[in-house]
Amino acid sequence: MPRLAVLVGTRKGLFILKSGLDRRRWSMEAPHFLGEIVNHAVLDPRDGRTVLAAVRAGHLGPTVYRSADAGRTWREARLPPAFAKAAPGKAGESVSHVFWLAPGHASEPGRWYAGTSPQGLFASDDGGESWRGVDGFNAHPDRRKWIGGPQDAPPDGGTLHSINVDPFDASHLYIGLSGGGTFESRDRGASWSPLNRGCAADFLPDPDAEFGHDPHCIRVHPAARGVVYQQNHCGIYRLDRAASRWVRIGANMPKEIGDVGFPMVLHPRDPAKAWVFPMDGTTVWPRTPIGGRPAVYGTSDGGRSWKRLDRGLPKGQAWFTVKRQAMGADTLDPVGLYFGTTGGEVWSSFDEGARWHCLCLHLPHVYSVEAATAA
Amino acid sequence: MKVVLPTPLAAYAAGRREVEAAGATLGELLADLDRQYPGIRFRVVDEQDAIRPHIKFFLNREMARSLAAGVAPGDEVLIVAALSGG
Repeated sequence: MPRLAVLVGTRKGLFILKSGLDRRRWSMEAPHFLGEIVNHAVLDPRDGRTVLAAVRAGHLGPTVYRSADAGRTWREARLPPAFAKAAPGKAGESVSHVFWLAPGHASEPGRWYAGTSPQGLFASDDGGESWRGVDGFNAHPDRRKWIGGPQDAPPDGGTLHSINVDPFDASHLYIGLSGGGTFESRDRGASWSPLNRGCAADFLPDPDAEFGHDPHCIRVHPAARGVVYQQNHCGIYRLDRAASRWVRIGANMPKEIGDVGFPMVLHPRDPAKAWVFPMDGTTVWPRTPIGGRPAVYGTSDGGRSWKRLDRGLPKGQAWFTVKRQAMGADTLDPVGLYFGTTGGEVWSSFDEGARWHCLCLHLPHVYSVEAATAA
Repeated sequence: MKVVLPTPLAAYAAGRREVEAAGATLGELLADLDRQYPGIRFRVVDEQDAIRPHIKFFLNREMARSLAAGVAPGDEVLIVAALSGG
C-alpha cells in the first residue's frame, strides 16, 4: 500500500517519518546514519522505492548511500562523486560534501544528478551506484570566474544546488550556484549559460551583472511548461520562459516582512501557487523569523499577492532558520507542506498552509526535508 | 600487517577494529584495504590523494604525512579519526 514518507536530513543522521496517505497517524523509524551529516535525502518519484542520501561523517570524506527498498537497507555508492585527479604539479579540487541530489527525467529511470561543495555537477546513470563529473560544467573555462573565491561562498563553502531537469525536455537542465547565480544547459550539461537577468545582486557593483548572484533555491514547475520560481539572497522571483528576465514577485510581499529567505516550494499541479519562508535580512542578516514570529507566505496568483500562513506556528520567541532544502510539498490533494528547523522541529500543514502542526521535536539541526509517496 | 581502524570506519569491516592489509607504502596498503573493504579509501583520502583533514595515520606510533611513507611486514598502522567538532 502506498505510504507517505518525509525524509529529514540532519546534521546527525537521516530520520524518516511515515504515514498513510490520509496523513493522520505518523511514525518515525530509528535514525539512519546516526551521527553522520546528511545534507539531502531524496526518494525517487519514478519508482517510489529508490532513495539516495548524501552522507558525510565529521571525520570522513563524503559519499552517497543508496536504498532500493525505501530506506530499509542501504549500500554505499561504488564510485561517489569526486573531481578529476589533477595533472602532476597542478592543484586539484576535492568534494567536501555532496549537497544536493536530484532524480533525472522521467524518461531516464537510472539517471540522477548531484551537486557538491565546492560547486561541482555529477551524474549517475545506474541509480546512484557510480558517479561521473559533468565535464561541460566542472571543466568549463569560465567556471572559476562564475563561482568566485571563498569570499563569494556561504560559510559552509560554495555549493551547487537546485538541480532541476525540465520535465518537458530531458536535455534542459537548471542549476543554482551559491555564489555564482542561476545557469542553464540545453544540451544535457555539455554547455552552460547564465540565467540571471532581472535578478538583483545587491552585493555586486554592477546592477546588470551576468553572473555572481546568489540564488538560494530554484524550482522549475513540474507540470506547467517554462514556469520557474526562485528564492534568491536578494528577493523572490518568477521567470516565464517566454520572457527572458526574472520578475521580482517578492516586491509584492509586505514591506515589513521583505522577501529574503532560503526555500522555495511549488504546488505540484497549479503553477500559480507557491510558498516561501521569510527570514530577517536586515542589519547583520540574522536569517531568523521576522520578530521571532515564524510564518509561511503563500501566493495563489503567481506572486502578485502573498498571504501570511501562520496558524498553529509559534506566536513569538521562535528564532530558528529554515534552510533551502528544508521545506517541501507532497503531491496529495490538498497539498501537504513540510518544513524543518535548525532547532530540530518538523512542521506540517495538510491544507496548503492554512493550519500548521508540529510533526516532531528534538531532532538535530535539520538540513533537508523531502516528502514523497513510497510504493 | 595489522591495521587498527577508528570506530567511524569499523562498519566497512563488519564492525572489526583490527584488520590485515599488505603493501610497501601507505598508499599501497590503503589500496589493499580498499580492495577488501570497497569505499574505505575515499573516506580517508580525497581524489587528489590528500589525507583528509580529520584523519591521521600512525606507523608504529610515528605520524605519517604522506601516502609514500614506507611500511613493512610486522609494522602496525593506526588510522585515527580526531578533532572534528561537536
